[in-house]
Amino acid sequence: MFPVHPSGERPTSGALFAYRMRWKRRRLLYRAWKRRGEVSAVQQRDIPPSGVLVFATMRNEMLRLPFWLAHYRQLGVTHFLIVDNGSDDGGAAYLAEQPDVSLWTTDASYKASRFGVDWLTNLQRAYGVGRWCLTVDADELLVYPDHQTRSLDALTAHLDAQGREALGALMLDMYPKGSVGAVSYARGEDPTHVLNWFDATGYRAKLHPVFGNLWIQGGVRDRLFFGSKPDRAPTLNKTPLVKWRRGYAYVTSTHQILPRKVNDVFETGTGDRVSGVLLHTKFLPNIASKSQEELSRGQHFENSDLYTPYYHALMEEPDLWFDGSVQYEDAAQLEALGLMSRGHW
Amino acid sequence: MSVGVVMLVHTALHRAEQVIRHWSAAGCPVVIHVDKNVGRKTYDEFVASLSDLDDVIFSKRHRCEWGTWGIVAASQSASALMLKKFPAVRHVYLASGSCLPLRPIGDLKDYLAKRPRTDFIESATTADVPWTQGGLDFERFTLRFPFSWRKQRFLFDRYVELQRRLKMHRRLPDGIIPHMGSQWWCLTRQTLSAILEDPERSVYDTYFKRVWIPDESYFQTLVRLYSQNIESRSLTLSKFDYQGKPHIFYDDHLQLLRRSDCFVARKIWPHADQLYDHFLNEENPLKGAEPNPGKIDRIFSKAVERRTRGRAGLFMQSRLPRPGHENGFTSAPYSVFEGFTELFEDFEPWLARMTGTRVHGHLYATDRVHFEGNQTTFSGALCDNAKLRDHHAQLFLINLIWNTRGERQCFQFGPTDTQFASWDLAKDPNAQISVISGAWAIPLFQSNRNFSDIRANAAELQRIESEHISALRSSHAKARVRVWTLADFIETPMEALQTVLDEMGAKNLRRVTEAPKMADLTGFGQFLQNLKNQGMHPYLMGDFPADNAPAPARPTRRKPYLVR
Repeated sequence: MFPVHPSGERPTSGALFAYRMRWKRRRLLYRAWKRRGEVSAVQQRDIPPSGVLVFATMRNEMLRLPFWLAHYRQLGVTHFLIVDNGSDDGGAAYLAEQPDVSLWTTDASYKASRFGVDWLTNLQRAYGVGRWCLTVDADELLVYPDHQTRSLDALTAHLDAQGREALGALMLDMYPKGSVGAVSYARGEDPTHVLNWFDATGYRAKLHPVFGNLWIQGGVRDRLFFGSKPDRAPTLNKTPLVKWRRGYAYVTSTHQILPRKVNDVFETGTGDRVSGVLLHTKFLPNIASKSQEELSRGQHFENSDLYTPYYHALMEEPDLWFDGSVQYEDAAQLEALGLMSRGHW
Repeated sequence: MSVGVVMLVHTALHRAEQVIRHWSAAGCPVVIHVDKNVGRKTYDEFVASLSDLDDVIFSKRHRCEWGTWGIVAASQSASALMLKKFPAVRHVYLASGSCLPLRPIGDLKDYLAKRPRTDFIESATTADVPWTQGGLDFERFTLRFPFSWRKQRFLFDRYVELQRRLKMHRRLPDGIIPHMGSQWWCLTRQTLSAILEDPERSVYDTYFKRVWIPDESYFQTLVRLYSQNIESRSLTLSKFDYQGKPHIFYDDHLQLLRRSDCFVARKIWPHADQLYDHFLNEENPLKGAEPNPGKIDRIFSKAVERRTRGRAGLFMQSRLPRPGHENGFTSAPYSVFEGFTELFEDFEPWLARMTGTRVHGHLYATDRVHFEGNQTTFSGALCDNAKLRDHHAQLFLINLIWNTRGERQCFQFGPTDTQFASWDLAKDPNAQISVISGAWAIPLFQSNRNFSDIRANAAELQRIESEHISALRSSHAKARVRVWTLADFIETPMEALQTVLDEMGAKNLRRVTEAPKMADLTGFGQFLQNLKNQGMHPYLMGDFPADNAPAPARPTRRKPYLVR
């Protein structure tokens, strides 16, 4: 679904650049360390010595939480480490009751902590070193080839055997047919039953000139809201699953990570590798109120002003569906469409 | 008690225990070798858990690391113990802790009882097989490998290089011819004891201790000295990927494994509960059948092919081939027409009627994407926004062709369009490009504009098209290209059109029974002459008679045109 990179956009290299990137990474780690006091533990439980850990920051996600937890438990996640950013919908209390969740809380600024990344960096450094860490938002559900029968442990064992340190994933926006406010969703239900449509094509990628990751844009939000400024369209590539080492740091959300070699999740030869898809359940019926809240808090994205029209459009509860939309069936469908791949797993 | 199992175990001991009980319950004695890397406490617990079984014993432990002698030493000790403690055993089956019997053990016993003198061991000379990875095929027998490949990779590689440079060679012990094959074998007592009790064994052992991956060659080589009847295949189904690492079987392979008819498979994912439940508890209905790994082979070789070659024309988050490694820039053939819509008034509907393909307008037009029928979106999520398209012009084409797999796409292109994809079209072997050069002048000729504007525009378009044509004619071009000058084309338009349609190779191609309607070119020659008079030299359209309207040599007629 993507092209060769346009000329002149190869990732920069060279010793000096590598050195600058090293300092950038150190700066990110220092930032995170400075913010270590912002989060305080609410409920710390024993973390099992093996298995995949999930790291997440969230605010007011009670609607999504029950299914989100169930989904990742089903995949074989052994423990969740969650930072709650001042939820007032009961989500924090719900999380604190879960036997496999360690919960931290903070009222500090989401934006100032680089959208939660600083908080999570500290947790990853403390609990994730040497283990496979999955960093996802509450509206992201990871799927990969045969995820119904193969656990995350099987996937990470395969990645280990291949000497890989990370898994790449495409963020796929799921949306309903008709106005996004018109559907009804009950807590605990599988969101893909309600948000059962997606754009199967229309994604473009290039090599990120600085971080060397694949920079993927496109999809429904690009099609509807960013047609006139495609450079600003949301980034859809993520590297959510990483075998963490001390000194790793995500740069913006999980789109890029430093050191740059960890971004190397794609094949540049003729073959391909295993990859996954993050089903993005952003467009549940509460999108309008959430957009309103995000807009008023001004805590999202570096240029909040730039995204104002976008949030206004979302508050109108638009219909994202068009006659080229594809109805979601299962992971095998995503694989056949070429949105993810099993490599030779 | 005809079959004894030697099992090498290093992880997932609870699964190994389950399988051992399965073998034992079927009357097969089991000798277990546990890797010395397994901790003392875990080992003791494991021994205790199996203490209720009389015919299960443990052998001396060796440290096993992949690619080293330890695995052979482990097989030797355990086999020797098996032969000594269980005199009734006729065949010894070497298995690992992640092996799973797929068929009732009774089947295997019957099968081996009918072949009492046969040794099942994959054994082939290095010259004849392409298995080996990384260039170490025959060299694994002639160089020395004192360093660990996993832990001392740097020293390993350097020492191999050094030996190559100094042309160092080891002498093979007399009488042996190196053979290789799967490390999982099933040998008869006679053959196995002959190997283990050979007076020369210390010589062979010393030699093989420094061979690279001796577990794939020690028994495979020595068996050739003693066996009366070698069946060169493994009874254990195992698949390897392109790097030589074993494929792992998961729950979703259940049906595949059921149909394979093989006796034992490896490697099984320890948490594949369904596989273990199914094969250890249920009777496989395929009783008495010959093992048939062929079915599974086909499926896996497809997977390996995909792994190493990728899906042509697919670019995704785990696949971004470098230029030249794409295994196909696009996924299917398509046709590009340049200058045809300018010359013919109804070319697009005509082409669609003739070929039954999908005919778009100028996909790369500067105002918007002209999809077929001026749709605003097309096939999936491609939209007609020119900005989005130009944000990644190559991707746009790749996506379009990928999304419409199974239906041939045709589109128009020309110097008035954005040229980002010009080189990519030229280099794509899937592209069939037909060009009428200079046809861009016809709309200018028909337009109602000031001549100075026309002149400037014509100069620009000519520059662009000539650049594009030099791309099409460069040595890098892989597309099937045909270029006519406008003058040449209108000499014999029907022949030219027929050639193009024939090359599209549509099976049900109808004969060209009607021609598209050509634009009226009366006065065009004079128009070109005027351009020349103004100092702009239009050369791409070929030699047009300046005096008057060049009446086409064969005027377009609406009459049947017969090929052949």
